[in-house]
Amino acid sequence: MGDRLVDSVEPYNPEMPTSVAHVTTYEPVIGLEVHVQLLTASKIFCSCCTRFGAAPNTNVCPVCLGMPGALPVLNRKAVEFATLAAMALNCRIHETSIFARKNYFYPDLPKGYQISQYDKPLAEHGYIEVQASKTDAGSEKLRTENRELRTRRIGITRVHLEEDAGKSLHEGFPDSDEKTAIDLNRAGVPLIEIVSEPDIATPDEAYEYLTRLKEIILYTGVSDCNMEEGSLRCDANVSVRPRGQKELGTKAEIKNVNSFRFIREALVYEIARQIEVIEGGGKIVQETRLYNSHEGKTYSMRSKEQAHDYRYFPEPDLPPLVVDEKWKAEIAKTLPELPEARRARFVREFGVTEYDAQVLTVSKSLADQFEAAAKAAKNPKRVANLVQGELMGRLKARGASIEQSPISMKGVAASADLVESGVISGKMLKDLYDLSFERDQDFPEVYEAEGRPQQSSDTSALEKIIDEILAANPKQLEQYRAGKTTMLGFFVGQVMKASKGHANPQLVNELLTKKLG
Amino acid sequence: MIPDSLTIDSVRSSIQERTTTALALAEAHYARIQKEDGEIGAYLTLCKERALEQADRIDRMAAEGKPLPPLAGVPVAIKDVMSTCGVRTTAGSKSLAHYIPPYDCTAVAHMEAAGAVVLGKTNCDEFAMGSSNENSAFKPVRNPRDLSRVPGGSSGGSAAAVAADMAVVALGSDTGGSIRQPASFCGVVGLMPTYGRVSRYGLIAFASSLDHIGPLTRTVKDAAIVLRTIAGRDPVDSTSADVPVPDYVAELKKPIRGLKLGIAKEYFSDGLDDEVRHSVESAIDKVKSLGCELAPVSLPHTPYSIPTYYLIATAEASSNLARYDGVRYSYRAPGVKSLSEMYRRSRDEGFGAEVKRRIMLGTYALSAGYYDAYYLKAQKVRTLLTRDFEEAFRKVDAIVTPTSPTAAFRLGEKSNDPLAMYLADIYTVTADLAGIPGISIPCGETKEKLPIGLQILGKHFDESTILRVANAYEKAA
Ligand SMILES: [Zn+2]
Repeated sequence: MGDRLVDSVEPYNPEMPTSVAHVTTYEPVIGLEVHVQLLTASKIFCSCCTRFGAAPNTNVCPVCLGMPGALPVLNRKAVEFATLAAMALNCRIHETSIFARKNYFYPDLPKGYQISQYDKPLAEHGYIEVQASKTDAGSEKLRTENRELRTRRIGITRVHLEEDAGKSLHEGFPDSDEKTAIDLNRAGVPLIEIVSEPDIATPDEAYEYLTRLKEIILYTGVSDCNMEEGSLRCDANVSVRPRGQKELGTKAEIKNVNSFRFIREALVYEIARQIEVIEGGGKIVQETRLYNSHEGKTYSMRSKEQAHDYRYFPEPDLPPLVVDEKWKAEIAKTLPELPEARRARFVREFGVTEYDAQVLTVSKSLADQFEAAAKAAKNPKRVANLVQGELMGRLKARGASIEQSPISMKGVAASADLVESGVISGKMLKDLYDLSFERDQDFPEVYEAEGRPQQSSDTSALEKIIDEILAANPKQLEQYRAGKTTMLGFFVGQVMKASKGHANPQLVNELLTKKLG
Repeated sequence: MIPDSLTIDSVRSSIQERTTTALALAEAHYARIQKEDGEIGAYLTLCKERALEQADRIDRMAAEGKPLPPLAGVPVAIKDVMSTCGVRTTAGSKSLAHYIPPYDCTAVAHMEAAGAVVLGKTNCDEFAMGSSNENSAFKPVRNPRDLSRVPGGSSGGSAAAVAADMAVVALGSDTGGSIRQPASFCGVVGLMPTYGRVSRYGLIAFASSLDHIGPLTRTVKDAAIVLRTIAGRDPVDSTSADVPVPDYVAELKKPIRGLKLGIAKEYFSDGLDDEVRHSVESAIDKVKSLGCELAPVSLPHTPYSIPTYYLIATAEASSNLARYDGVRYSYRAPGVKSLSEMYRRSRDEGFGAEVKRRIMLGTYALSAGYYDAYYLKAQKVRTLLTRDFEEAFRKVDAIVTPTSPTAAFRLGEKSNDPLAMYLADIYTVTADLAGIPGISIPCGETKEKLPIGLQILGKHFDESTILRVANAYEKAA
């Protein structure tokens, strides 16, 4: 008995000192700083190529190497991309913004300063809406169907343009023990920094914010948001305070986290750590902490670099950036419909559920494919229904995402048209979908391979089958005649089965009713 | 051949007429440099191969009877703060003692495209920081008129090269007076164009919002020709202005009669040397006799110009010089054990005392908690100074002043007193701060035969008027 009791108790976990009581007494305050690389062909202040993965120090010139006398020239496309992203994030675009120098020494920062924006950024006062469940449950759970959803608005303080630094390579060379190698291919690649308000209340909400942010940026097409290649990077500021207290607690900055999942884990750990420090009578130190994903812990980055005074001042080599009404209007024209609006429209126009709308808009290309297929089909709603009713379940059973589906949106549309025009029956469609999944082939191929089957609308042939079925089932016929009209379904099923599913169910129904008279 | 008193036009026409060759002229200049420059120290690097190649190209054009470009065969000297592809460019600093740039400064490229023969790179105060050329990391420059005296700075090498016939014209740079003051000390013409008139691309930055490239020449007309050659919008310098470039040489021919010249009492105050005052006043009388009208103007914020200048210039310099960190092309101290030691020692050993002093000043001015009181306030005073000039130029076409409060001083005379040295720029920094053009032309000598300079300041992008007045005075004097 004793053993069983012990079995049901969770082992002590010193890594995760969170207790439910503490989490309810303390309230975390989270703000996120996200850096996104813009997909321009050339760098922000010179004409060097921005392609990832080139041999070290091949995409460089006097400007991005910081050679004496070289001067920056702003890339127009970078401004357009940054403005587009800021618009998508509901920001107010400032007609005039100012570039500033952020001064600090680092070997992969060739000029000894980064050209950024400081007190007059490109855009401010934006927001994005995130779905948060009422129970603040994890976002995977949140995405399951039919859960009650609510919308939270997370403020975006600012969006500004800046240049990236190069890369210091501390390993991978024969002399890496003694030397650091520097690759300046990335130096001068355009970035936008997106700073959120400290509006984020939980690690899950941070995860949700990042997911939505990435989705919006991907929709605008200004970045590929590839975290492995560093085109999306995130730092988190987090503090805790007793629930109900107005003043913010002392914050820690968590850097170097390379996935959204790790951000959530790092925040969970850090919040628990801060609560524990405070509960233990200690004080939170304002500092930068690094997340170690193997251990699931954050560590203080004890270095002098923390005492930075960046000595910002307006960049004298660049005139103020002016994005006037005319230019702004031109950029606004390129703003696509954003995921949130698109989801709402899909629900409205195609009658799909909130959840399915989310799945269908997971990427812009999928949503575009779906919409194009649906609109080209005879009955757009049927396409939506098939995606919901036939595709999703099969994908789920296989554990595949919609992007891995063997049946493309075009395939769904083709099958929908066949059903719509009565060429195949619903049953036949189900069978063909099963074959598609079995063979990993798109619907049209399978349909072709199966010899373009059609449901039978041949009245005389059907009548013959019906006669046979009625003759073979005298007991059921009797029951029907005695008033049990639900037996009709039984006969329809039998006829369909006998026709190997090729019979037109509607016609079968009609003929049967007539015969049974 | 003695390359004495040559001008751009005389060089070009004698080559065109085949009375001499560009090659012979270049060789003659190198011979003179060989003979004279040991004492003067105007050049840091000679680029003979590049010069002779260009001279040969010009000579072949002349031999084929082709029309020659405006600066054909003209031997020029380039201040060593301008990037020259494949030719060592030091900015007068140990930190760049072995730096060979991979690209050309736009102004230098324009000069060569117009046929100029670049003889070499001239000595200067380290990173153009100085008023005496004593801050060069390599050697001081001596004034060709009196070897015990400084040539002025920071374009001292360029001024001395032109004054000592070791180049026909030179390019210099002016951040607080660095073209005009050495021009006045050496008895040559020095022109600082409007900010944005000449591309800064390839000019090693000292203070980006104050740096200008301009010519040092023997005649006003040569200054006009050089300006016409190097002026204009440059797509790789975002601060270069898209303002039409007039034909400055044609503009010289316009009469000056009826022009209104402003006299500002702030430029004739206590610190002004009596001999300088006398010469400048006579020059002003001369110009008046040529038909110009004189009018008093007030530039009330002038007394704040030196502190304003030294806050803005040092703040920008502290950032501009951060790139000399020992990581790539600049001096790296040997035997360093850590990154921070590499930074500290490379910069400590690579920079001279004045450069370090200015980096410290500028870093302080930009620091959190001091920014508003220093840098921001200085920018506001800069606006007021600019407004002073705008106000004055509503009434007058140009303003005439002394270029420097004294003639050339002795080597070592001020080198231990930075403040006294800074005051040598008192009449020149205002134009840099306001972004207006200014020219210094010789206007007599002291009893010790030291040249004195007359400064003429003009409206934004109106170099034509100051060149015209300077040209008329030069012809009449
Ligand atoms: Zn580049």
